Amino acid sequence: MIDLTHLKADFPVLENGVHFLDSGASSQQPIPVLEAMDRFARTSYANVHRGAYKLSIASTEAYEAARVRVSEFIGSADPSQVVFTRGTTTALNMVASGWGMEHLGEGDRIIATEIEHHSNLVPWQMVAKRTGATLEHIPMTDDFRLDFDAFESMLGPDVKIVTMTGMSNVLGTIPPVRKFADLAHGVGARLVVDAAQLVPHAPVNVEEMGADFVAFSGHKMLGPTGIGILWGKMEALEEMEPFEGGGEMISNVTLHDATWAPIPTRFEAGTPPIIEAVGLHAAIDYLESIGMDKVFAHDRELTAIALERLGDVPGLTLQGPADLDNRGGVVSMVMDGVHAHDLATILDEGGVSVRAGHHCAKPLMQRMGVAATARASFYVYNEEADIDALVSGLRTARELFGM
Amino acid sequence: MALQDLYREVILDHYKNPRNRGRLEKVDASAEGVNPMCGDEITIELTIKGDTVVDVAVDGHGCSISQSSASMMTDAIKGKSRAEIEEITSRFRAMMSLDEDTAFELDPERPGAVLGDIEALQGVRQYPVRIKCASLGWTTLAEALKGGTDNTISV
Repeated sequence: MIDLTHLKADFPVLENGVHFLDSGASSQQPIPVLEAMDRFARTSYANVHRGAYKLSIASTEAYEAARVRVSEFIGSADPSQVVFTRGTTTALNMVASGWGMEHLGEGDRIIATEIEHHSNLVPWQMVAKRTGATLEHIPMTDDFRLDFDAFESMLGPDVKIVTMTGMSNVLGTIPPVRKFADLAHGVGARLVVDAAQLVPHAPVNVEEMGADFVAFSGHKMLGPTGIGILWGKMEALEEMEPFEGGGEMISNVTLHDATWAPIPTRFEAGTPPIIEAVGLHAAIDYLESIGMDKVFAHDRELTAIALERLGDVPGLTLQGPADLDNRGGVVSMVMDGVHAHDLATILDEGGVSVRAGHHCAKPLMQRMGVAATARASFYVYNEEADIDALVSGLRTARELFGM
Repeated sequence: MALQDLYREVILDHYKNPRNRGRLEKVDASAEGVNPMCGDEITIELTIKGDTVVDVAVDGHGCSISQSSASMMTDAIKGKSRAEIEEITSRFRAMMSLDEDTAFELDPERPGAVLGDIEALQGVRQYPVRIKCASLGWTTLAEALKGGTDNTISV
């Protein structure tokens, strides 16, 4: 596990008995990230691009340096394949709208999965309705994995795009994206990956992953809110129309027409999240100073401990793969006779922060036959004591409810 | 301890043994209430004779607070006139601090003033995010009382 002796002090919000188990929703920011943004705002901030003065040049350099940093971090061949967005949701909407509206029509099929977050489901529903394409879903197996055989049988030349999670925010399931990508490419389809949970927690090389588009957010990887990334293969990005028009994204504008700036600027209309890019840069530095292999291993060890200890809590059912292979640090729980919201309130009393509800994955909840789960998710600053507090809170809940 | 104040025995009893649960044969008015933030759902069905709610049924799913509150509500309103139900509802809303201008005080002289079991929900006020849970059934009831059977409300 990661040595938390010094690391924990980088997260002041976690002092005073806060057992923060909701990093799957948003992670905490370490002092180096906060300081980097503060320093930048105090010394180098101005709007980026086209400014002929020193501050704007410094700001542009910092913003573009963040792009290069992201590109290295995810193994992208070229930094211009990294598009800054407001977050994963915006990135996925950019693909659904900018690619989907251009290339989908009657008779075309979109394949998503049963385990998607609403942000990788609703945009495709919208595009399907507007284009006449159909939307289908790869089913989940009873052991909480994606049914690869079913996917294989769904494929055909009319499948134009396949979109899937890189790691489920409810189950922790990490599907073998490469296998899906190879099959999708076999029928000429593009593959989109919602990597909001994956990139913060596991070493990722987008080129090896085989996806055409990959989306993720800064705020789930120790960075600030308001910045996300859409990475794309250059040829896939070239097939995409801009999602938003405005400043920055143009090459030339007349009263009736405009031509687009080169990629990635074409997809970054308006003033981008500049300070946030600097924060994200620092977050990546922080994560890499630990090492993404270690981050993944740390989550895995905590998950192993959690699965074992939680297995001893009477009346508790875990929703997610029982084995640790291809699984991230997310544990969803349902307790007999105690609703997830009551669990969350009771756990909070013991300083344990978990998320309760449908986790923006209502179709998945329906598939599992539950209305809500309580979810604990782990990150670099979590430790065994957090799991102890969780287990103790769960036992308190049972006592309170007279179980 | 605040938790015991929230999860009082009577609340847990209504949660585990909900009253007036299910569907009615004769539905004169109904509504479906949803809290999209948490996914709690409640359906209220009413049989109304003249000015009186002669029967009521609750269906749905959700946390102990939303379900017990709805269960206690059905006990409180069954057999009551619209005016009495309005009074009970406004007392409940005042207790939950939902209407800022209505002070909450128990006045046994006023019709419907005694909330009975429902008073156990006072502990919810210490948990502001849960007030919506407690009021889901009541908001749904108000929607049903507007008449018709095709009412849905999002809180």
